[in-house]
Amino acid sequence: MKTTWQLLQFLKPFSGWVLLSVLLSTATVASGIGLLGTSAYLISRAALQPSIAVLQVAIVGVRFFGISRGIFRYLERLTAHSVNFRLLARLRTWLYRTIEPLAPARLQDFSSGDLLNRILTDVDTLENFYVRVVAPYAAAGLTIVGMGLFIGRFDARLGLILAGGLILSGFAIPAAAYFVSREAGRAVVTLKARLSIGLVAAIQGMSDLTAYNHAGSTSQMLNDLTTKLARAQRHLVWGSAWINASNGLLTNVTMLAVLWLAIPLVANGSLEGFMLPVLAMLVLASFEAVSPLATAAQYHSASQESGARLFELQRLTPAVTSPEKPAALPSPPFELELRNVSFQYEAGPDAVLHDISLMLSPGKKIALIGPSGAGKTSLANILLRLWEFDSGEIWLNGVDLRRFQPSAVRGLYSVISQSSYLFSATLRQNLRLAQPGSNDNTLQMALQQAGLADWVSTLPEGLDTWVGEHGLRLSGGERQRLAIARALLQDTPFVILDEPTANLDALTEAAIVDQLHSAFAEKSVLWITHRLVRLERMEEIIVLDAGQIVERGTHADLIKTGGLYARLLELQQRMIPLTFSSPPSS
Amino acid sequence: MNFNRDLLQAARRDWRLLALTVFLGVAGGVVVILQARTLSAILAAVFIGGQTRAAIAWMFIPLLVILAARALISWGADAAAGHLAVSVKENLRRQLIDHLFQLGPAFTRGENSGELANTALQGLESLDAYFSQYLPQVALAGLVPLTILVAVFPVDWLTGLILVLTAPLIPIFMVLIGKAAEAATRRQWNNLSRLSAYFLDTLQGLRELKLLGQSQRQAERVTQAAEQYRLTTMNVLRVTFLSALVLEMVGAISTALIAVQIGLRLLRGDLFFEQAFFILLLAPEFYLPLRLLGQRFHAGANGIQAARQIFALLNTPGLPEPVDSGISAVQKIQSPKLIRFENVSYTYPGQAHPAVEGVSFQLERDQMTALVGATGSGKSTLANLLLRFSLPTSGQVLVDGVSMEKIPSSIWRQQVAWVPQQPVIFQTSIAENIALGKPEATSKEIQAAAQSALLHERILSLLAGYDTVLGEGGARLSGGELQRLALARAFLLDVPLVVLDEPTAHLDLAQEVVLEETMQRLSSRRTVLIIAHRLPTVYRADQILVLDHGRIVEAGAHRSLSAADGAYARLLRVYGGGEA
Repeated sequence: MKTTWQLLQFLKPFSGWVLLSVLLSTATVASGIGLLGTSAYLISRAALQPSIAVLQVAIVGVRFFGISRGIFRYLERLTAHSVNFRLLARLRTWLYRTIEPLAPARLQDFSSGDLLNRILTDVDTLENFYVRVVAPYAAAGLTIVGMGLFIGRFDARLGLILAGGLILSGFAIPAAAYFVSREAGRAVVTLKARLSIGLVAAIQGMSDLTAYNHAGSTSQMLNDLTTKLARAQRHLVWGSAWINASNGLLTNVTMLAVLWLAIPLVANGSLEGFMLPVLAMLVLASFEAVSPLATAAQYHSASQESGARLFELQRLTPAVTSPEKPAALPSPPFELELRNVSFQYEAGPDAVLHDISLMLSPGKKIALIGPSGAGKTSLANILLRLWEFDSGEIWLNGVDLRRFQPSAVRGLYSVISQSSYLFSATLRQNLRLAQPGSNDNTLQMALQQAGLADWVSTLPEGLDTWVGEHGLRLSGGERQRLAIARALLQDTPFVILDEPTANLDALTEAAIVDQLHSAFAEKSVLWITHRLVRLERMEEIIVLDAGQIVERGTHADLIKTGGLYARLLELQQRMIPLTFSSPPSS
Repeated sequence: MNFNRDLLQAARRDWRLLALTVFLGVAGGVVVILQARTLSAILAAVFIGGQTRAAIAWMFIPLLVILAARALISWGADAAAGHLAVSVKENLRRQLIDHLFQLGPAFTRGENSGELANTALQGLESLDAYFSQYLPQVALAGLVPLTILVAVFPVDWLTGLILVLTAPLIPIFMVLIGKAAEAATRRQWNNLSRLSAYFLDTLQGLRELKLLGQSQRQAERVTQAAEQYRLTTMNVLRVTFLSALVLEMVGAISTALIAVQIGLRLLRGDLFFEQAFFILLLAPEFYLPLRLLGQRFHAGANGIQAARQIFALLNTPGLPEPVDSGISAVQKIQSPKLIRFENVSYTYPGQAHPAVEGVSFQLERDQMTALVGATGSGKSTLANLLLRFSLPTSGQVLVDGVSMEKIPSSIWRQQVAWVPQQPVIFQTSIAENIALGKPEATSKEIQAAAQSALLHERILSLLAGYDTVLGEGGARLSGGELQRLALARAFLLDVPLVVLDEPTAHLDLAQEVVLEETMQRLSSRRTVLIIAHRLPTVYRADQILVLDHGRIVEAGAHRSLSAADGAYARLLRVYGGGEA
């Protein structure tokens, strides 16, 4: 109920449109009732063979309702959909504003990996909240009251019977149907989910299954699920078949009950005889108002579940909050210092980072190396103020980093990660995200420096080339070069490279590493990597293992010490004797 | 009309249910006529005849019986239609599942798994409305109005004539407007999915937007996009809804026309009230099946849309198996000495360019061959051909002189093991996961295989050892461990031929060493085809095939190739740092 109320709040800004649409919807139903009612009236009066003048009003009424019904229906659908689209726009904007501060830290805390898809499915479900839930209920409510009162004028009992019949048909039967088929409905949902998981797994694992002669048993398993699903669906069919039947029966029985009570009224003169057929028609026609409620109930419960899940997002607090009185950023040059920083994820028991201290002075190049899971990326997330660290201090030019606006701090960095996200837009639009309003010359210069200018000039559409969904139409190397160009456009004092070559083949990796070195020669660079390639160029190499700094120094220092770094390098050399048989020249 | 041969074919097995649905629908029409007749008789008796309730109370009994019958018939018709749909869906889904496995990995690898699963699941579900609503309604829209006409004509031929003349207007308008509306609806759907895609894209890239300092500005763009969508869609809907307006009008105005016409004839005394009211009750029932057909037209169109995908999949030919398994050929391929690829080309279905073209090489017993080349150069395609996941489009693969086409896949599977980068993990115990290819293996054999794959210690370190359940909610293995699990499967299978796909992902160094060692163990005394991503592997290989755009550009051992100063030597040099 609370969720429904919250959802209704979204309709407030356009309540005028909502009211209009509900009135039009009611008017449509009323026209249908009016058409059959006046038709019955016309025929019954005509049967008494009065003068034509008596029938004139009825004839006009029949014609009017015959035409108005279609027109009302048309206007009603237009306004209802318009309201629906406004609701959709508001929901999406609201959702974006809710999620924006939470991303990415809080969204990853959810154990079900595909939070985003769940959210979008929920939004899709809510798209029909107005047209399929609110509008039918409102129109049905108005019709029930209106027709109850109208027929009740002849005799209160008649009005009560009609209202009762409508309520039973619109609310009780759908509720009963829900309870009867709840079990089977749930079974269908779970079986579909299991079948979907099984199918995806089978398709993805088709090679293994076929190679290991397991195709037969897997298809057997999927076919069994199919049989079970069909069985559950047959249950649902039995359950839902009687809804239409009982609604039809209820409609006619209500009409008969009204007639049964009305016939003596004709005999005792309190009801005109010609009203009897009219009453019968009015009752039959009224049930049109409640017929959409069965589906409305289904949509309602789905909307409530989806709404509840979405509103849950509101309760989450951002991982990093802005200070109440943020300090102004100091002036360049910038210097970052970490002192004994420790950090752990809320869900995990172990500290991810332990007592990390380092100094990133202007123009300094630091390499952060270590096996995967050593905490390298977590350190980047902390510097970027995407996650809050637990203890220790981070200073920016001697001021506590937490005193600045997180978004202002992020403005000091450009980041190139192993899979840079590209938006399904043009090359120009993707580049301009880094520097809105920059002209093509600036873009071309950045592309030149990133080694992409030649490639772009071969594209028939140049900067207007569509990069495809997630930039999938570009190769890995092109994507990373585009990310370099983006970082160059951002022109920030700090550059964080988070395994920028991890997804590239060896040929491209070598080229990109060179590109990175030349492009960011002037910047302060934190280079996160587990590939020990050309680290001799770095001023400091920090070796992380299980969240702790185990070694630090220059390439030459670390080789001399003969610790973990030297051992890793040795392994690498042993593994790829060709590449490292002679020490790489510096 | 929306008919589809394949769909009708699919319903043939269940024609009895379809016939029952239609029969009950027509029976429902007859009962409606009886109800109208009885009701108008009651009303006439009271209103015209001035009878009391007591005098006509008995007439309520047949009416109640009729109503009960009507409810039962409606229930039966819905149940039959529902069962028809469930039954057809079940049959098609089984066919689809079986066919997917017949198409095999060569087909599924090129497809989006989510989309395929969706076709088999949601795609088939959208056939539900076609069978439970649209198909029976097509028959009913013809038969029920006809039944009502038969009842109305003897009573009042003029009304009958009006009905006959107006009835075709509904389907005619429906078809005329339906075409335009369908195009408009499709456009609207495209708009909506574009908006959804845009929104998803924005949310997925939120981290990037945040890092670029653009995330807050993006909120306005989300609003703008949604508003833009509303405006364009409303323009479309303004036209689309006109169709509903016209249909509604035809029905309502025809009813009004009949009412006024019989009203005026009553006035002149040409007609009795009882007949007139009987006709008035039946007029909406006459148009109802036609209007329902209009409403369900969309269900039909959606069903056909879905059917296209489903039947396209079902009609894709699967991999041919030899009809006559030729016992002699089978006996000959025990531990093949020589496998020859002769001028082999392969083109994926629906692709214009071949994935491999004119490739010839041979695999000798116990030798190791490494495939080297960029993504898309044809390495996986060659592996598929050797695994008999696909057969050459031209040229042939000869196993000791026997063409691969003549070898049944079940026989070939006993010769070859497949070690993928990321093996499929089932939500069962580790032991069962290792024993995938040999379910009857003893726990001793499984442990031996795990030991060979250097996975034994790791498994023992898990809480339940070999009984530990893997997968979602269970224990997780790292990338390197997963591949060793795949190696353990191959060790257990112990076959003479192995196809191996080295991991492209970077493992940490300790894991790489372990992996290398296990791969080396598996390769000794076996014929190995390896998709190589690591240079130490190629160093060891007896034969290296360098692939480029589906062709072999260089072949030979490491020593000769690095001396040749070709593509291979170039690759090594760049990898070595450009300066070496």
